Amino acid sequence: MADLIKVGMADLNTVCFPGVLTTLGLGSCVGICLYDSTTKIAGMAHIMLPSSQQIKNNSNIAKFADTGIVKLLEDMLQIGAKRNKIVAKLAGGAQMFNFNDSSDIMRIGARNVSATKESLKALNIPIIAEDTGGNYGRTIELYSDSGILLIKTIGYGTKQI
Amino acid sequence: MSLTIDDLNSLQIDVLREIGNIGAGNAATALSKMISKRIDMDVPKVNILEFKNVAELVGGPEVEVVGIYFKVTGDITGSIMFLLDKQSSKLLTNLLMGMEDTTDTLSEMEFSALQEVGNILAGSYLSSLSSLTGLKLIVSIPSLALDMAGAIISVPVILFGQVGDKVMLIETDFCEGTNHVKGNFFLIPDEESFEILLKSLGVV
Repeated sequence: MADLIKVGMADLNTVCFPGVLTTLGLGSCVGICLYDSTTKIAGMAHIMLPSSQQIKNNSNIAKFADTGIVKLLEDMLQIGAKRNKIVAKLAGGAQMFNFNDSSDIMRIGARNVSATKESLKALNIPIIAEDTGGNYGRTIELYSDSGILLIKTIGYGTKQI
Repeated sequence: MSLTIDDLNSLQIDVLREIGNIGAGNAATALSKMISKRIDMDVPKVNILEFKNVAELVGGPEVEVVGIYFKVTGDITGSIMFLLDKQSSKLLTNLLMGMEDTTDTLSEMEFSALQEVGNILAGSYLSSLSSLTGLKLIVSIPSLALDMAGAIISVPVILFGQVGDKVMLIETDFCEGTNHVKGNFFLIPDEESFEILLKSLGVV
């Protein structure tokens, strides 16, 4: 089995074939997976927040959907990915805890997902699959040989998208 | 500009640790009374961590845990999180309800019992903190999830993402001797609350 490269919270990374990228225990955060099947270059970002706008301290660009995607794309292009071949898969964006007041911070999962989609749309990157929402955590693995995204959960099974 | 995580000096960190000590001490006493067992408590830790290292604090991001989450409002804002690994939560509900349930799943009744335990612990933690500081503190109703530790702990941590790249958690570990019920109790004040909290204790 190829090396598993871990992507932590507010972190991003890229691999070439035959690498595998993984991020463990995604909750309201979103795992953004980009893949170019022609060069078998894969990238993954684990973003925490929708937007770097209006945030006082935004030095860690991997923390936000808007800046994280741009950086991930740049990194992939740098190692040889083809811009017009890159597609995206998304996972995460759950609401782990349920409170009656639907304050913004409690709906952060849904906001992360919609911000991610907007950013991808702006960059013209098609989303070919997603497993988002719900109220449960996910561990994801992105395989650079096939572009398959494996999603593992506790109590909600395992699936591939 | 108010006090941020990076500004905290060692005296202030000691004071935060002491807050954990007093709060968790009261919570441990409450838990001990509830199950009529001895509860041991470790010296609290003030963890200042980068986001990517947070999940290691709770045994790794994929460990299956029960998280009971509370929001704190009033003079300061923040979160309280009580974490139990799955086995400990099972042992604890058995102790509470006087049962010998060996199944691998947790029933509605057991979830409800755990929420109530969380409620009592968070209440005693905060009321002692409130009498110590003179601050008005209100705790929300509990919300419970059984899932991956990384996914659960990310909820209070995300709040810190809005102000910086690090999070501060005041952690106290509990252990019930004979049955090995182990839990972690986290007080996670929002960064804007550091100054108010420390000022109330005269160290700003």
